[in-house]
Amino acid sequence: MPVELLFALEVILNGLMTGVLYSLVALGFVLIFKASGVFNYAQGIMALFAALTLVGFQDGQIPFAHLINAIFGTDLHYFGWKLPAVLATIFALLVMLGFAILVERLILKHLVNQEPIILFMATIGLGYFMEGMGDLMWGSDIKAMDVGLPKGGSFWWEDVTRTWAAEGTEYWGMYVDVLDVWAAVVAVVLVVALSAFSQYTKAGRALRAVADDHQAALSVGISLRTIWVMTWAIAGLVALVAGIMWGSKSGVQFSLSLIALKALPVLLLGGFTSIPGAIVGGLIIGVGEKLFEFYIGPMIGGATENWFAFMLALVFLVFRPQGLFGDKIIERV
Amino acid sequence: MLYREAGDFKTSYQDDAQTFPIAFDRYRYYFVLFVAFAVIPFMITEYWEKAVLVPFLVFAIAAMGLNILTGYCGQVSLGTGGFMAVGAYAAYKLMTGFPDLNIFFVVLLAGGVTAGVGLVFGLPSLRIKGFYLAVATLAAQFFLVWLVNKWPWLYNYSASGQITAPERSVLGVSVTGPDVAPWASYLFCLVFVVLLAWLMRNLTRGRIGRQWMAIRDMDIAAEIIGVNPMTAKLTAFALSSFYIGVAGALFFAVYLGAGESESFGILQSFIVLFAIIIGGLGSIFGSFIGAAFMILMPVLLKNVLAGYLGWPTSIATHMEFVIVGALIVVFLILEPHGLAALWRLAKEKLRLWPFPY
Repeated sequence: MPVELLFALEVILNGLMTGVLYSLVALGFVLIFKASGVFNYAQGIMALFAALTLVGFQDGQIPFAHLINAIFGTDLHYFGWKLPAVLATIFALLVMLGFAILVERLILKHLVNQEPIILFMATIGLGYFMEGMGDLMWGSDIKAMDVGLPKGGSFWWEDVTRTWAAEGTEYWGMYVDVLDVWAAVVAVVLVVALSAFSQYTKAGRALRAVADDHQAALSVGISLRTIWVMTWAIAGLVALVAGIMWGSKSGVQFSLSLIALKALPVLLLGGFTSIPGAIVGGLIIGVGEKLFEFYIGPMIGGATENWFAFMLALVFLVFRPQGLFGDKIIERV
Repeated sequence: MLYREAGDFKTSYQDDAQTFPIAFDRYRYYFVLFVAFAVIPFMITEYWEKAVLVPFLVFAIAAMGLNILTGYCGQVSLGTGGFMAVGAYAAYKLMTGFPDLNIFFVVLLAGGVTAGVGLVFGLPSLRIKGFYLAVATLAAQFFLVWLVNKWPWLYNYSASGQITAPERSVLGVSVTGPDVAPWASYLFCLVFVVLLAWLMRNLTRGRIGRQWMAIRDMDIAAEIIGVNPMTAKLTAFALSSFYIGVAGALFFAVYLGAGESESFGILQSFIVLFAIIIGGLGSIFGSFIGAAFMILMPVLLKNVLAGYLGWPTSIATHMEFVIVGALIVVFLILEPHGLAALWRLAKEKLRLWPFPY
């Protein structure tokens, strides 16, 4: 194979891997939007918060240490023990569950029957709150995350791809991060698990019923509030997974929640209500922005990844307003 | 007993259609104008100008602009920061390109340029609605900020990528540049605020404003009764962008004096959006009170937390996020229609007080 083609392949492959990570965040959006009609802007910040909590537990950080120090003049930072990754993950999950219950109790319950825009604003407020809270609890410095996932380039793949290049050309193999492959595997497992859950369990069926029609679901005896807690807890789980993946890749830091904004065009492309849409949309955006950056980016100054996804989604929507797999928008007067 | 319509007879249509039908409201309005124009300029200090009044006025204009689009026409936009950047860079190019042009017209022209850009980004609104549109406007935000960062012509090829406002004056008094008297920059912004608020009030109660509101309430129904959605939506986008562009130009030229692409990040979009949500959608007064809330609250919190309690600034900033976020949620739960709705309610009560029946 010619070297250019191999380069293009590498770009596409890396794009796919990034796309998987976008999809992970987008998945959380879709889950909440389907079940409660809330456009949850805070999903990205939930991922950041979950990752911060996980790292905090793992390192034995004292929550609100900086705040306590500022108020009482003490000098506390760490408990002095370290938790194994599994235990910390479980604790982080419990925190996300508690978070889901609190969100339902304190916010959603009071905003039933409000217009979607009001709910959307509430999630932006929630995002602000969580962002400040995460920093207050665990400090705002960049933290390395290590939950035992393998990282770094795959030498095996480099060796394999080197043999593909034509004889005598300078080509040193493709770089693929093992972590990204793991992320892809985890994403697939997650989607399969979620589909199985919503298809074969009683709770999952109730979830789908609520997604279809709130009132009808209420009338057959499904508790809306339980379902909402459940959805937000699942979204919290997805956020945690996304947070672990992004965090292991580039450290747990504020920019994580900005990267999560990229999940929004993924949603536009895939449709707000479709889980497969979130996956396919993520892959398209991932590949699209990498290819654009690789071929067109240098001509116009680079750093196009910031906006390309949004522009692609915008142009796409003009032709298909409900996204690739979204429900057809039917409007009645 | 002051707050009454009784005895205040309207003898012409003009009287009947005036903005403040109750005499007390009218006098209060003149009083506020009097204080704003004739009292504050004599008392203003550098701190109040830089930290409170000028940012308040600038964000009030931006909030009015977003309120035209979101509050009156019902199109949610998250691209305010990007449009402010367009206004700022347009003002910079006009100021350096035409040094003799009066700064007043520079600001207006910068608004005009932004209106053009807003028109282009408003085009998808004809096809896309609701949340899809809200997210799509993020494209404007990220693309425009990227553009002003990567197109060297816009910042005259300066090495740092920064833009700095040269000195310009109105009627012999300098309003931009390094040494500006606090009262001059304050009054300059105030003139724009008053003019634009007056314009907005008259637009929104006229034909075009009613078209916007019809589109907001239900666009299909509006179309059926003969409102052209294209003109209504696009005028809303253009006018809203004009206001936001003026706000961006003032933000850069008068308030900051210098700017770079990072000054117009998505955080600005959210501040303006929160301002109109907390203040009240579809209300001019709401734009003002919301902007005041979003500008004053951080200043107040900073003074209390960092100044009074002596916390490190970083913790105070995080606490500020927590409090602002919590307050937004609380406001939405208690009064989804914003502070302006509370104000309206208070006025209704006051009318009948003390004998409500």
